Amino acid sequence: MNIHEYQAQNLFREFKIPVPFGVVVALEDDYQSIIQPLHLDKICIKAQIHAGGRGSGYFKNDFGYGGVKFANSREEAINIVRNMLGNTLVTEQTENDGKIVSKVYLVEFVEFSLEYYVAILVDRDLRRPVLIFSTEGGVNIEMIADRSPEKLHKIIIESAIGLEVSQVEKLTHGIGLTTEQSQELSDLLLKLYALFVTKDCSLIEINPLVLTKSGHFLAIDSKINFDDNGLIRHPDVVELRDTNEENPQEVDALRYNLNYISLDGDIACLVNGAGLAMATMDLIKYYGGHPANFLDIGGGANEEQITHAFEIILKNPNIRGILVNIFGGIVKCDVVAQGIVNAVQATLLSLPLVVRFEGTNVAEGKEVLKKSSLKITLANDLDDAAKQIVDLSKQ
Amino acid sequence: MISTMPQSKSLTYPNNNQSDIQPMSILVNKETRVVVCGITGKTGIFHSNQCLAFGTKIVAGVTPGKGGRLTENNIPVFNSVQESVIHEGADTALIFVPPISAAASIMECIEANLKLIVCITEGIPVLDMVRVNAKLEHSHSRLIGPNCPGIISPGQRCKIGIMPAYIHRPGPIGIVSRSGTLTYEAVWQVTQRGSGQSTCVGIGGDQIIGTTYLDIIKMFNSDPETEAIIMVGEIGGSSEEAAAAYIKQYVKKPVAAFIAGITAPKGRRMGHAGAIISDKKGTAESKLAAFRDAGAAIIETPSKMADTIFSIYKKTPSSERHPTNNTRQMTSVTSRNHVGDQLMFLPRLPSFPFPQR
Repeated sequence: MNIHEYQAQNLFREFKIPVPFGVVVALEDDYQSIIQPLHLDKICIKAQIHAGGRGSGYFKNDFGYGGVKFANSREEAINIVRNMLGNTLVTEQTENDGKIVSKVYLVEFVEFSLEYYVAILVDRDLRRPVLIFSTEGGVNIEMIADRSPEKLHKIIIESAIGLEVSQVEKLTHGIGLTTEQSQELSDLLLKLYALFVTKDCSLIEINPLVLTKSGHFLAIDSKINFDDNGLIRHPDVVELRDTNEENPQEVDALRYNLNYISLDGDIACLVNGAGLAMATMDLIKYYGGHPANFLDIGGGANEEQITHAFEIILKNPNIRGILVNIFGGIVKCDVVAQGIVNAVQATLLSLPLVVRFEGTNVAEGKEVLKKSSLKITLANDLDDAAKQIVDLSKQ
Repeated sequence: MISTMPQSKSLTYPNNNQSDIQPMSILVNKETRVVVCGITGKTGIFHSNQCLAFGTKIVAGVTPGKGGRLTENNIPVFNSVQESVIHEGADTALIFVPPISAAASIMECIEANLKLIVCITEGIPVLDMVRVNAKLEHSHSRLIGPNCPGIISPGQRCKIGIMPAYIHRPGPIGIVSRSGTLTYEAVWQVTQRGSGQSTCVGIGGDQIIGTTYLDIIKMFNSDPETEAIIMVGEIGGSSEEAAAAYIKQYVKKPVAAFIAGITAPKGRRMGHAGAIISDKKGTAESKLAAFRDAGAAIIETPSKMADTIFSIYKKTPSSERHPTNNTRQMTSVTSRNHVGDQLMFLPRLPSFPFPQR
C-alpha cells in the first residue's frame, strides 16, 4: 500500500525523524485561510499524487511543467495552489491520463548544503532488510548506482539483532561529517529502522535527505510503502489509504478479496492463481488477442466472490469476451460454476463466455454449466480455451 | 533428533553447510511422517483427508487448546508440535495456520527440529518471514513455501499439500514452480502424455521463501528418479536466473523452462509478491535469455510444457521402471470412495487417448 508524501512526513514526525514544517491543503479546504497566517518567506508547493517524477511532470490544464513549485510570497503561493488543485498531473510514472491533484503540501523552503539518499527495504535474495545510503542524493538513485557506485553504502540488517549502532556509526563516521552531525545522522537512521519494523513497511525512501546550511539533517522528501500482508496489524495505517489514487475497479475487487488489475485489451480473464492468470494473459496475446485485465480469484473463492468478479469485469466497457480458466486445487470447480451461472443470469450476459475447468470437482463443475443451458462454451484445455475466446471476441 | 537435511541456502549469503546429497525422490517418501498444524480448521480437515487418501502418513495434528482428542479419521491432536514428535515420531509439518500466526507455527516446527516444513498459508507479513528465515538459517530444518501448493512424490504415494491428487502419475519428470496452478498445468500435461512425475514442488510466490528454484534443481540433478526437469518461472526477482546459471554449469538432464508474465505491464504487482518488474531487473526477457544460455528448451506457451520437455527428452528403458501402482485409476473417470465420513477422490487418468508424437 502506498501513502502520500505528507502522510509519510507525519509518520516521520511521530518517530521523531526531523522534517520541515508543512501543511496540507485539500481541494475542499478554504486554502486562503490556511495559507494567510503562514509566516514563511519562501514556500515549496508539492502536488500530492501516488506517483514519482512529479518535478518533471506537466499539468493538463494550462499550468505547464512541474508538480513541485516555489513561491516567494503568499499571493504567489495561493495562485499556485489554486492552479494545482483539481488539475491533472501527468508524470513518467502515471499513465497518459495522469492523476487528479486533490491535495497539495506546502513546505517551508530550507537552504541546504548537501544532499543524501537513504532507503530501507527487504532484499529478497539476502532475505533480510537492507539500508542503502548514498552520499549523493536528490537525483535518480539508479543513475548513481550506474555512474558512481562508490557513493553507495549498503548495511545488511540481521533481524534478530536489528540495525546496530556500530553498523550505523561505521557509515556515518566515514563520510566527512563533524562528530555532532554524524551523531545526528546515526540517530536518524536508527529511528528510521524503528519506523520500518514497527509499521511493517516494505520501503522507506528519503530523497533527498539534506544537511541544512545550519548543519542539521532534515528529510525534505519521504516515501513509504507498506507490506499489504502486514496491514492487518496496523489499522492506523489502513486509515491512510487514499482510494481516490487507485483504480475504482481494483478497489472494488480488493473488498471481495479478488486481485484485479485493469489492462487496455478487450478479453476479460478470470483465473485462479497469479501464475496461471499471467500465463493465460500471455496465451491470449500469443493467439492474437488482448487481455482486458489480470484477475486472480485466490484460494478460497466462493459463489458470491465469483459473481462479484463478473460484476467488476463487466464494468469495463471495452470487453468483447470473457475467459474463465480454473485449475482447481483449493478452489473447487463446481463452486466456481455455480458462481458463473448466477452471474450470467443476474447480468443477462450477452458476450461470448469460454470456460475451461480442470482439477478439484471438475466433473461436477462441468455438469453445473451444462444443466444451466446457458450459452457457455466449454473448452477442452488451455490452448483450446485461448483460441476460442480470441476467435469469438473478434466476431 | 538430528536430521541430515541440508540447510536452506541462499545465493548471496554465505552458508557453510551446503550438501547436495539427497535421498531418493526428493525431500519426501513413503516413510515421511507428517504432522498437520491447524488440522481442526476447515481447510486443514479437507486437505488432511485428501493427503490421507493419496497414501500420505499423517500421524498427528496440532491445534493449541484442542490436544488430547482425535479427528474424525482417528488422527491424534496435540497442543504442540513437540508433543507430536515425542508421541508419534513426526518429522515433517504441513501448515494451514492463518497468516498472522503462521510464522509462529513455522518457528515452533523449527524448534521441534522437524526436517521438512511445508507452509501453505498465503499472506504472511514479509518481516515475519525475515525473522523465520533468521531462525531457519541456524537450524536443520528446510522450509517449503509459504504461499505454495506443497510437494508431492506420486511414486512414493506421498502428497504434502493442496494439489489435486488425480492429475499426478508416477514417472520420470521433476517439476518445480513458484505458482500453484501453473504447476498443476504442467503436471496434467505430462500425465496426459502418458508419462508422470518423480517429485513436484511448488516453492511459493512470496518475496521470502524457504526453498528456492536453485535448491530444488540441485536435488533433481542428483535424484536418480528424476530424468528430466520442467521449471516453471515467472517475472520478478532473480531466482530463475540463479537456477539457470547452475543448470548451465552442472545439469546434464534435459530441462524445459517456462516464464509467465511476458505480457504483464511493468511496475504492477501481479498477485504474487514476487511478480513485479521494476526497472531492468526481473523481466521475462532476462530470464528467457538466461535459460537459453543454459541450454534449456524454452517453452513458448503455457499449453506446450509437456510437448517441449518430450521434444528433448525421449523415454529410455530406465524410465519404465517406475511403479505403476495405479491400475485402479485406469478403470474409472471420477470414482468416489467413502473413507470414514469423508468423501474422497481416487486418482484417475483421462479417458481420452494420449497424443502420439
